Amino acid sequence: MVNEFFILMKQELVITSIIFILLFVKLGKEETKNETLINFVNILLTLNLISGFFFQQSGTLFGDMFRTNELLTFEKNLLNLGTLIISLQSYNWLKDHKHVPEFYILLFSTLLGMFFMISSNNLLMFYLALELSTIPLAALANFDLEKRRSSEAAFKMIISSAFSSGLLLFGISMLYGSTGTLSFAEIPAHLNGNPLQVFSFILLIAGFGFKISAVPFHLWTADVYEGSPVAVTSYLSVISKGAILFVLVSALYNVFTPLNESWYNILFLISVLTMIIGNLFALRQQNMKRFLAFSSIAQVGFILIGITGQSAEGSASVIFFVLIYIFSNLAAFGVINLVSAVTGKENINDYKGFYKNNRSLSWVLAIALFSLGGIPPTAGFFGKFFLLLAGAGKGNYLLITIAALNMVISLYYYLKVIKAIFMDANENPIEQIKTSWSPRIAMIICIGGIIVTGLMSGAYQYIYSLVK
Amino acid sequence: MNLTLLILVPLITAVGILFVKGLKQVRTIALFGSAVQLIFAFVLFYFYRQERASGNTSNFLFENNYTWYAPLNINYHTGVDGISIAMILLTAFVVIAGVLVSWKMEKLNKEFFFLLIFLSLGAYGFFIALDLFTLFFFLEVAVIPKFLLIGIWGSGKKEYSAMKLALMLMGGSALVFVGLAGIYFNTNINGTHSFDLTQIAGMNIPIEVQKLFFPFAFIGFGIFTALFPFHTWVPDGHSSAPTAASMFLAGISMKLGGYGCLRVATYLMPDAAHEYSTIIIVLACIAILYGAFATMMQTDLKYINAYSSVSHCGFVLLGIGMLTKTAIDGAVMQMVSHGLMTALFFAVIGMIYDRTHTRQVAQLGGLMKMMPFISTVFVIAGLCSLGLPGFSGFVAEMTVFMGSWQKADAFYRIATIIACASIVVTAVYILRATGKAIMGPVVNNEHLSLGDAGWNERLAAGLLVLGIVVIGIAPFLLKDLINPGTDIIIQKIAAVIK
Repeated sequence: MVNEFFILMKQELVITSIIFILLFVKLGKEETKNETLINFVNILLTLNLISGFFFQQSGTLFGDMFRTNELLTFEKNLLNLGTLIISLQSYNWLKDHKHVPEFYILLFSTLLGMFFMISSNNLLMFYLALELSTIPLAALANFDLEKRRSSEAAFKMIISSAFSSGLLLFGISMLYGSTGTLSFAEIPAHLNGNPLQVFSFILLIAGFGFKISAVPFHLWTADVYEGSPVAVTSYLSVISKGAILFVLVSALYNVFTPLNESWYNILFLISVLTMIIGNLFALRQQNMKRFLAFSSIAQVGFILIGITGQSAEGSASVIFFVLIYIFSNLAAFGVINLVSAVTGKENINDYKGFYKNNRSLSWVLAIALFSLGGIPPTAGFFGKFFLLLAGAGKGNYLLITIAALNMVISLYYYLKVIKAIFMDANENPIEQIKTSWSPRIAMIICIGGIIVTGLMSGAYQYIYSLVK
Repeated sequence: MNLTLLILVPLITAVGILFVKGLKQVRTIALFGSAVQLIFAFVLFYFYRQERASGNTSNFLFENNYTWYAPLNINYHTGVDGISIAMILLTAFVVIAGVLVSWKMEKLNKEFFFLLIFLSLGAYGFFIALDLFTLFFFLEVAVIPKFLLIGIWGSGKKEYSAMKLALMLMGGSALVFVGLAGIYFNTNINGTHSFDLTQIAGMNIPIEVQKLFFPFAFIGFGIFTALFPFHTWVPDGHSSAPTAASMFLAGISMKLGGYGCLRVATYLMPDAAHEYSTIIIVLACIAILYGAFATMMQTDLKYINAYSSVSHCGFVLLGIGMLTKTAIDGAVMQMVSHGLMTALFFAVIGMIYDRTHTRQVAQLGGLMKMMPFISTVFVIAGLCSLGLPGFSGFVAEMTVFMGSWQKADAFYRIATIIACASIVVTAVYILRATGKAIMGPVVNNEHLSLGDAGWNERLAAGLLVLGIVVIGIAPFLLKDLINPGTDIIIQKIAAVIK
C-alpha cells in the first residue's frame, strides 16, 4: 500500500518536496544568491522531469478520488517540461527580483494543483485541485510588484476565476442533483440527456471556457496577459491552458459521452466564435503580449476542433498539439521575455529592425511564429493538420473550411511581426541582447522540439498508443 | 535510384550555407549544390529512359514508401513519372540560373541563398510526392521562403506584395487542404482511410463527393497558377521580387499549381473534372485574354512579364480543361516551356535593371549597342513568348490548340479561337517593348558606358536558352518523356466520358 502510494503519486510528491526545500531555503538564516537559487531550482526541475518517465503505473488512490495511468503521467510530464522551459527563460527577469523563492513556491503550488486536477477522478477532487491551481496564479500575476498594471491583472484574474469557479460549482451541484454521484466513473451511467443535465453541462463548459479563454468567456485574457510578468503570462497561456485542456478532453470523451450530440454542437459554435474573434482582435494588437494573448485564444479555437472529432485521433491530436504549443509559444515568449527584461520594450513597433542586431533571437522568434501559424516544416503544421483532420473525420467540412480560412487570417498577423523584424527599417533598433546560458538552453530545447516533433512521428505515435 | 536524394541535396546545400561566411564561400556552395541538382536531374532522366526502354510500364518508377504517421495512414511515398521528371529538370535549370544571376548579391547573402535553395527543396519534394500529405507538406514548405525573399530583398512596394502573395497562396493551400481531407475521408481501404495517390487513383470516389471537393482542390491549386480571378498576387509578387525569386516564382512556383491541378484534382476526380470543364475553360480564356490586354498597358518590364505569365498560364489551364490527350500534353509542355521562358525573361530584365537601374520601357532604348548579349537573349525570350517556331513556346501552344480543336463542339471551338487570338496581342506587347528598349534610339547617354553580361550571367542565360531551343527543335524529347504520364490521366478521363 505504502509503495503503491509512493509510486502512483510520485510526480505530486516530487513537486511537494521541491516546495518544501524552497521553503527551508527561504526560512534559512543565510541569504542565498538569486543566481545560485535559480540554477539550483532548474536542476531540481530537470530531475523532476526525468523522474517522471520512470516507474509508470496505473491505479487509483483514496477511494477512487485519485487515478493515474501512463497517459496522465505523460500529460504531467509535458507540464513539467513546460515549467522547466519557463524557469530557464525567466533567468534574466528573476535574477534581479527580490522574491525568488516565493515565486517558485507559488509556481509549483499551481503546478501541483494541475497535477491533482489531471489525476482527479471525482468532481469534488477536481474542483479542489482547480482552486489550488488558480489562486496562486493570481498572486503570481501580481509579481511585478512595483507595476500597477500587474496588480490590476491580478485583480482581474482573481475576480474572473472566482466567477468561473462559481459557474463550475453551480454546474457540479446540479449534476450531482440529477445523477446522485460525483465520481467520474459513475456519472455516465446516470446521464440521460434531460434538460437539467444539459443545463448543468452548459455551466460546466462555461467554467472550462473561462479557464481556456474560449469566446465568449475570453475578455479577461488580454488584460491579464498584458499586465502580468512575461514568465507568468507564458505560464498562463501554455501550462495552465494545457492542463485544463487535458482535463476537458478526458471529461468530454469519458464522462459526458452520453451527451455527445449536445456537446458537439456547443463546441462547434464555441470553436468557430473563438477562432474568428481571437483572430480579428489579434489583427489590431500593438503590444506583443496582448497580441500573443489573442493569438492563443484563436489557437484554442483550433484545439476545440480537434476535440469535436470525438475519436482517438481527436484526443491524440489535442495532446500532440499541446506539446507543440508548449514549444512554439514558449519559444516566442522566451524572446519577448528576454527583450522585455533587458530593454523593457514590449511593442511590435519596437521590434522593427530587430534582425539587425539580434540574428539568432530573430530566427527563434520567426520559427516560433511560423510554428504557431502552422507553416511546415515546423511542428505547428503537423499539429494543426491533425487537429483539422480529426475534426473533418466527423464529416463536418463546413467547420474545417472555416478553420482553414482562419489559418490564413492568423498567418497575416504572424507575418506582420515577421515583417517588422526582418523588413521594416528603424533608426534605432533594439541593441544586441546578451543571452546567458539558461535562456539559451531553453530556446534550443524549444527550437529542437519545433523541428523534431513534427518531422519525426514518434511523439504522435506514442500519444496515440496511450490514448488508444 | 533513391528519389529522396533530390530532397537531401538541397537540404545539405542549405545547411552547408549556414556554416560558411562571406559571399564567395556562400555562392560557391550554392552553385555547387545547384550544379549537383542539375546533374542529378539528368541522371534521373537517363535512368528513367533506360527503365522505359527496357519495358517497364508501371505508372510510377523508382517508388519508395516509408511509413510516416502510421495511425493516420500517412506515408512518405515518392515516385516519378515523365511529367514529374520534366518538372524536376525545369526546377534544376531555373535554380542554377537563379544562383548564377544572384552572383553579386551583397545584402544578407547567406540568408538569401539559404532561402533560395530551401525553396527548391519544396519544389522537388512536391514533384516527387505520391502521398497527398507529403505533397501538401512540400507545397506549403515553398510558401514562406517566397515571403521572406520578396519582403527582404525585393524592390518597390515589397512588403505589400510579399504579404499579398503569402496570404493568397496560403488561402490556396487552405482550399487544397479541405479538398484533400474530403478525398481522404471518402477512401476506404480495409477500413482505413488513405492519402496514397496510387491507391486513390485505383478506386472510384463517388461522384457527389467529387463534385463537392473538386472545386476546393482545383481552385486551391489554381491560385498558385494564376487562375482568374485569383491571379492578383502574380503581378505584384513577380515584379517586387528580386531577380532570382521572380525566376523561381514564375518559373517553378506557378507550375506547382498546374501540376497539382493535373495530378491531384483531375487525375483523382475525373468525373468532376468532366463536369466542371466548361467553367475551367471559360476562366482560362478570361485569364488568357485579360492577361494579354493587361500586359499591353504596362510600362514596367517586370510587370509586362508578370501579366504575360497570367496569360501564358491560362494556356495550361485551358489544356487541362479540354481533357483531351493532346491538350493535356500541351498543358504539360506549356508548363515546362513557360517555366524556362519566363525565368529567362526575368533573368534578363534583372540584368538590365542591375545596369540601368530602371525597368521603365520609356527610359530604356538602344540597349543592343551597349549590351549585345543581354539584348539578344531578351529578343530570344520575347520571340519564344510570342510563339515563334523553333522555340519551345510555339511547340507548347500549338499542341494545346491542336488538342482543344479536337473537341468538335462550338463552345470549344470558340474558346480555342479566343485563345489563339491572344497570340496577336502577345506579339504587340512583346515587339513594342523589344523595339523600344532594345532596338530604338539611345534615350539616356549615361547608358552608353554600361557593360555587357559577365560569365555568370552568360552561363545562366545560356542554360535557359539551351532548354528553350532544344525543346523547340526536338519537341519529341519532351513529348516522349511525358507521354506515359499523360496516358494514365487520359485513361481515367476516358473511362468517365466514354
